[in-house]
Amino acid sequence: MIRYRGVVAFVLVLSLPVMAQEESANDFASLLSNLDIHGFYEIRPGYRVREDKYEKDMSIMEQRMQLDLSSYLDWADFKFKGDITADLVEEQADFNLREAYIFTSPYEFMDLKLGRQILTWGTGDLVFINDLFPKDWQSFFIGRDTEYLKAPSDAVKISLFSEAANFDIVYTPKFDSDRFISGERISYWNSNLGRLAGQDAIQNTDKSDLCFKNDEIAVRVYKNINNYEYALYSYHGYWKSPGGQNAAATKAIFPDLNVYGASLRGNAGKGIGNLEFGYYESDEDQSGNKGNINNSELRFLAGYSQEIGKDFTAGLQYYVEHMLDYDQHKASLPSGLSRDRNRHLITVRLTKLLMNQNLRCSLFTYYSPSDEDAYMRPIVNYKVNDNLAVEAGANVFFGKYPSTFFGQFKNNTNIYTALRYSF
Amino acid sequence: MKLLTAFTIMFLPSTALFAANEPNMPEKINDVDAIVNRANFMAYYQGKDGKAKVKMIITDKKGQTRLREFIILRKDVKDGGDQKYYVYFLKPADVRKMVFMVHKHADIQKDDDRWLYLPSLDLVKRIAASDKRTSFVGSDFLYEDISGRNLAEDTHELIETNDKYYVVKNVPKNPDSVEFSYFNVAIDRETFIPMKMDFYDKKNKLYRIIKSQKVETIEVKEQENVQKFPTVVKSIVSDLNTGSKTEMEFTNVEYNINLEDIFTERYLRRPPREAIR
Repeated sequence: MIRYRGVVAFVLVLSLPVMAQEESANDFASLLSNLDIHGFYEIRPGYRVREDKYEKDMSIMEQRMQLDLSSYLDWADFKFKGDITADLVEEQADFNLREAYIFTSPYEFMDLKLGRQILTWGTGDLVFINDLFPKDWQSFFIGRDTEYLKAPSDAVKISLFSEAANFDIVYTPKFDSDRFISGERISYWNSNLGRLAGQDAIQNTDKSDLCFKNDEIAVRVYKNINNYEYALYSYHGYWKSPGGQNAAATKAIFPDLNVYGASLRGNAGKGIGNLEFGYYESDEDQSGNKGNINNSELRFLAGYSQEIGKDFTAGLQYYVEHMLDYDQHKASLPSGLSRDRNRHLITVRLTKLLMNQNLRCSLFTYYSPSDEDAYMRPIVNYKVNDNLAVEAGANVFFGKYPSTFFGQFKNNTNIYTALRYSF
Repeated sequence: MKLLTAFTIMFLPSTALFAANEPNMPEKINDVDAIVNRANFMAYYQGKDGKAKVKMIITDKKGQTRLREFIILRKDVKDGGDQKYYVYFLKPADVRKMVFMVHKHADIQKDDDRWLYLPSLDLVKRIAASDKRTSFVGSDFLYEDISGRNLAEDTHELIETNDKYYVVKNVPKNPDSVEFSYFNVAIDRETFIPMKMDFYDKKNKLYRIIKSQKVETIEVKEQENVQKFPTVVKSIVSDLNTGSKTEMEFTNVEYNINLEDIFTERYLRRPPREAIR
């Protein structure tokens, strides 16, 4: 199965300058002569280490070729990056377009990025509050490179710069949801069935495909004062992963969501500290009494990272999700189905570089004392030479209960290896 | 002594440029602070800004080599003081287009600010940077070799003056903060460029050598004047303990290119044309 939409977007991107300029032949020639081609080829096999009756034993088994093309003209930069994959778990070949955009600075105070792009902001390390750009949790949990946690957005990003403050405005005409856990590759807790489920109960979702109707807008205002980075955020769109179900409980839905937040990052003691918070306004459940739609929440994050030895860094984060209309939430659900009011999460990152920084050992751990579950991501990566790297890693889930955030994925615990040739 | 140092720093820009223009400069400098200040200036502060393409070849004791290639942009906030660095990686392929940015602070109490931009994630990372004596991009050069060791970290003693060099011994004021007990620098008497640095470990055994192998004079035409900037374009560091060495070569060296303030988040996310073309 090949997705054509990306190809069309790329052709559009390439043809725009040609259409816009009179000397199109010359432009095309310079586009070609400025063309820079890179990428990598990778194989990545992985297996589950626990039996999971809802999924295949292979957690990942893919070959991937990424092509990264960039070029420029006087007035703009062009980028095209896509992955061709051959996947034995889903038994298909696929093309995934990751980036296809034009970048230009029409004025000194303005940057414009138009097309498919990867977008990130906020201060968290693998914890996101005000970054409501799409995430690919499935890729993250099955052991693809961390790059793939960020799914692309089809959007326009307008950046405005001034002495007073800088503005980023991202408009996405058609809602880009997370690539959430649907049961396809990762088994999960299905609350309707009251049990774990996987390929036997792949979640259906309901979101119309209409452009400009289901749109998203995200704004960031930021300023650097003495290298302390202050930012304010606002988002109007939808819960990025299903935030509820339709009334008949047949489909997962993405209810309206507004987020308002702020962050600060800068030096603290011998390291870097960060603070971030967000108010999640679940617009379709303002009073919090709809049991089938997410409650409004406050989310807060505090983090600190420091070098604790030679080429050895540690990062610690504390994160909490606080439900705002908890009593109503509790009252709207049969007893036993409601969650705790607060979900606390602690993350620890340890990264050590060895052998002239060619060997990177890292361990990222999420631990929730309230859910009594945890998720560990050990990764060892060795650069054999300037082109070749080998990697081994695991995604390990622990949990006391089958329904908690990480606990539900216990049977998906997997190990993988990878070999990547970059060019 | 402190006053004298401050005085020298304040007047350095003009004297150093004068020195660069006039190879037969006064030879009667005996004050060690003046020497190290001028050497520091020649190594790290020439021109108000600068650009170069840098190639590093790292050779381990088995003879296996690794390559690093990047564009480096530098702008002085204050001569002899704060500086900003922007490093845009070209090679190897897996770090291509990554950006490393430093706001270097002359204040010894203040850690440098460092950022890393990862284009595949569009991620601007802030890096905790308390230890400046760690390897720069896996080479035998340390962060401090690239952006300069703060003169106030060491006491300086002129131990030898021969026909070609001033040899200055530098002893850390805070010995526990570094892996060496002292290092000697041979400074060219004409150009004031540091030509050789010998590092001695805690047992006073020589274990690390940095040599300037090639110096070129970069000429910059500004209106009627031609300014000359003698620049180390090839240097090599050898680690006698590990048997590893790194050669560093500068090409396309430019000075006074009138860099705007590109050392911000805006340009981390979209490298300036100066860096990429």
